[in-house]
Amino acid sequence: MITLTVNNQAHGVDADPETPLLYVLRDELGLNGAKFGCGLGQCGACTVMLDGEAVFSCVTPLSVVGARKVKTIEGLGTVANPSPLQQAFIELNAAQCGYCIAGMIMRAQALLEKNPRPAEDELRAHMAPNLCRCGTHMRILAAIRRAAAQMQAAALAKPGKSPVR
Amino acid sequence: MTMDALSHSRRAFLANTGSLVIGFSLLRAEAFAQPSSQRLPGDLEGNPMLDAWIRIDPGNKITVFTGKAELGQGTKTFLLQIAAEQLDVDPKGITFITADTGLTPDEGYTAGSATMSSSGTALMNAAAQVREILLNLAARKSGLPVTQLVARDAAIHAPDGRSWTYGELVAQDTLHLRAQPSTKLKDPKDYRLVGISMPRVDIPAKVTGGAAYVHDLRPEGMVHARVVRPPRYGARLAEVETASVEKMPGVVRVVRDGSYLAVVAEKEFQAIRAMQALKSAAKWEMGPGLPANQDAVWSFLKSAPAQTDVIVDRALGAPVKTVEANYARPYFMHASIGPSCAVAVLRDGKLMVWSHTQGVFPDRQAIAELLSMAEDDVRVIHAEGAGCYGHNGADDAAADAALIARAVPGRPVRVQWMRDQEHQWEPYGSAMTTTMRGGVDASGMVVAWDYHFWSQTHATRPGGAGSTIAGWLIEKPFGLAKPSFKPSPRGSADRNAVPYYKFANAKVTSHFIATPMPLRVSALRSLGGYMNVFSIECFMDELAQAAGADPVEFRLKHLDDPRAIDVIRLAADKFGWKGGAKAPAGRGYGFSFSRYENLGAYLALAVEVEADPATGRVRLVRAVAADDSGQAVNPDAIENQIQGGIIQASSWTLSEQVRFDGNAITSVDWRSYPILRMPDVPDSIEVHVINRPGQPFLGTGEASQGPAGAAIANAIAHATGKRLRVPPFTPEVVKKAIDS
Repeated sequence: MITLTVNNQAHGVDADPETPLLYVLRDELGLNGAKFGCGLGQCGACTVMLDGEAVFSCVTPLSVVGARKVKTIEGLGTVANPSPLQQAFIELNAAQCGYCIAGMIMRAQALLEKNPRPAEDELRAHMAPNLCRCGTHMRILAAIRRAAAQMQAAALAKPGKSPVR
Repeated sequence: MTMDALSHSRRAFLANTGSLVIGFSLLRAEAFAQPSSQRLPGDLEGNPMLDAWIRIDPGNKITVFTGKAELGQGTKTFLLQIAAEQLDVDPKGITFITADTGLTPDEGYTAGSATMSSSGTALMNAAAQVREILLNLAARKSGLPVTQLVARDAAIHAPDGRSWTYGELVAQDTLHLRAQPSTKLKDPKDYRLVGISMPRVDIPAKVTGGAAYVHDLRPEGMVHARVVRPPRYGARLAEVETASVEKMPGVVRVVRDGSYLAVVAEKEFQAIRAMQALKSAAKWEMGPGLPANQDAVWSFLKSAPAQTDVIVDRALGAPVKTVEANYARPYFMHASIGPSCAVAVLRDGKLMVWSHTQGVFPDRQAIAELLSMAEDDVRVIHAEGAGCYGHNGADDAAADAALIARAVPGRPVRVQWMRDQEHQWEPYGSAMTTTMRGGVDASGMVVAWDYHFWSQTHATRPGGAGSTIAGWLIEKPFGLAKPSFKPSPRGSADRNAVPYYKFANAKVTSHFIATPMPLRVSALRSLGGYMNVFSIECFMDELAQAAGADPVEFRLKHLDDPRAIDVIRLAADKFGWKGGAKAPAGRGYGFSFSRYENLGAYLALAVEVEADPATGRVRLVRAVAADDSGQAVNPDAIENQIQGGIIQASSWTLSEQVRFDGNAITSVDWRSYPILRMPDVPDSIEVHVINRPGQPFLGTGEASQGPAGAAIANAIAHATGKRLRVPPFTPEVVKKAIDS
């Protein structure tokens, strides 16, 4: 039994340590957010956060996760109480099929937690590992910029509070 | 969703929506006495009963049905808007059900940018006719004339304060009526929902980890399967030792049927490991090879026996200046981000399949044929997949799930392809090659236009079991039907081959190559439209240059459709297009126009590109589009589709080409088939939507791909002085052209 901390909750998981994190999240824990896209770390559909860093869960075996904290899109917010990024993606209809979006949001979250005001070229370079095929890029970028601005405004309004969830 | 909840039949569903008939036979006799010989609007023609589209139960639960599917274009939102508008119901008060052979009308495929014109039109008319029936029922009940009654919020209201919910007015078979050819539609001035950018109903779940895709289904007892594909088309399985794979952890069984090979395991990663072992164990007879390279395909197209059709045949005039050009395109992939997936279960002789297919009904036929089952014993339910841009692997994965489910009856089977399987086995968009000869007279008018195009088919479905990979591989295989071609107004290979411009002198000739196909092909967004529009719109620029004319003015003076002229003027104006304007160093401007299928949406596009002379890298910097899709139902959804079409087609045009050698497809992942990434996309894409209230819906999804390719090529020519005619315009290609 391996203990895995996902979205601040500890789970005992009965799986081969070589199993990529993606399959454990989806099949053992029933989390839908991270998607199988390539299994090669080339598309980012499976992106989750590991101790604050964006990682490809499809090529991250359980043995590598260890005690580090996993965060998935389910850990950001809910339909009723969305995080700033989720809210911005909903407001801007920043999806077509939406298959890549959870990965996009998790990669953007990792960026904004470190760099709340990325320059446009920093933003684009950071998002480069994640592919979108429907061509929703302009809206994805706009939603990230909107969330960043909203998080900044919230941070200024409540001094002492972290600017990100 | 539970399996049980999904397993009810259409009959059971109907039985649950019943109530008493109150004096309705009289009304029916008056208003609906004669089935008319006139055509019904949209897909009402094939599905004429109103209760195939709209049902209302005594508790006022309103259910609306469409045979179309959500493919990421917003179907579930804009069709709901249309129905809610004409029904005078809050969209939140409607249960909306999409493509399901057990429940919904058969509307064929969700394809060809036709959802709005077929299903949208049907729902608009059905909903308005239902509202009229409800008003009439309330008139009888109240003794008041219909003119004094108002439909609002799922109830009919009388001026004296009385009101009746729709549910109180209907009975079991009230809506079991044939639709009428003509409908009393709302005046577009009174629209409250149509024309509004209502937020997409599916996005909140998709950004919070809700179950949104077929990939997310986890019915009780589900097992995971993976397939093993041959190394290339036509290879046959000679032998495979399965005993050791069957002993691997979690493996439930190996499925072999002729050359069809798959493995089922309790857990997904166990299935993947077993698939890898099975792949190593399989020995194949290789069969015929592939063409050596893309050039070999183009020469094959031009030299193979062809069916020649002269589509337009008007005498060519006498130009003072003539131009000739050859264009071509390689195979492009759909290359969806999520590999194809399906879930199926065989229980008590009944098969249920959840698939991201574009056509649940034709897919049901294919699966029933593959498994030698009666169609009535198979139910196919659409569940969303990753982006669908035409005939991808969805139907094949559904066939895989069905075939594997038969081997483990009672257990739901989820199968998903691996990335290399998706890249190597999906049907590609057909390669094409074209030639243009044309010329202008002394006044700069086109007086000669001679266009030839060579293509294989752009549609290998419907074709039953013979259109699926599983069908080809099993012991008693089904063959792919011999493709055929007939010129048509909407067209396939010939889509948009006839110029929309008013040329007095024009000739258009199709050369269709039926067999054999070197690579698997089928429908990819816009079919032949991308290459035909690319050729036409590049050649218009080449002719404009010969005539010394501005490309925008040159197009305008060959058009007489005011709606075409409107989009061109709007795009040019919003872009700040100035005839003869020079772009900053390393940059160029390009323009293009087309009316999709020559009868759908109008789209004009102005772009700016940068072409780096040092590296040859081209980037689309800015795009300004003007669109007329008829009555705009959800302008934001139109904008989203056009932005997406421009970016996807710019990816085709700048970087994509299915690669292969004589041995196999070598585009097996995102490194060997690169698509646009974030740093490559434009600074901005503006979309200006011209709304035409009350005009027919024209659809949008494929309006922008052809224009995007041509506008980019035109802008590269403007930036570099070099005319490139064969995408993709990779850095190597552009650098070579600049340096030449």
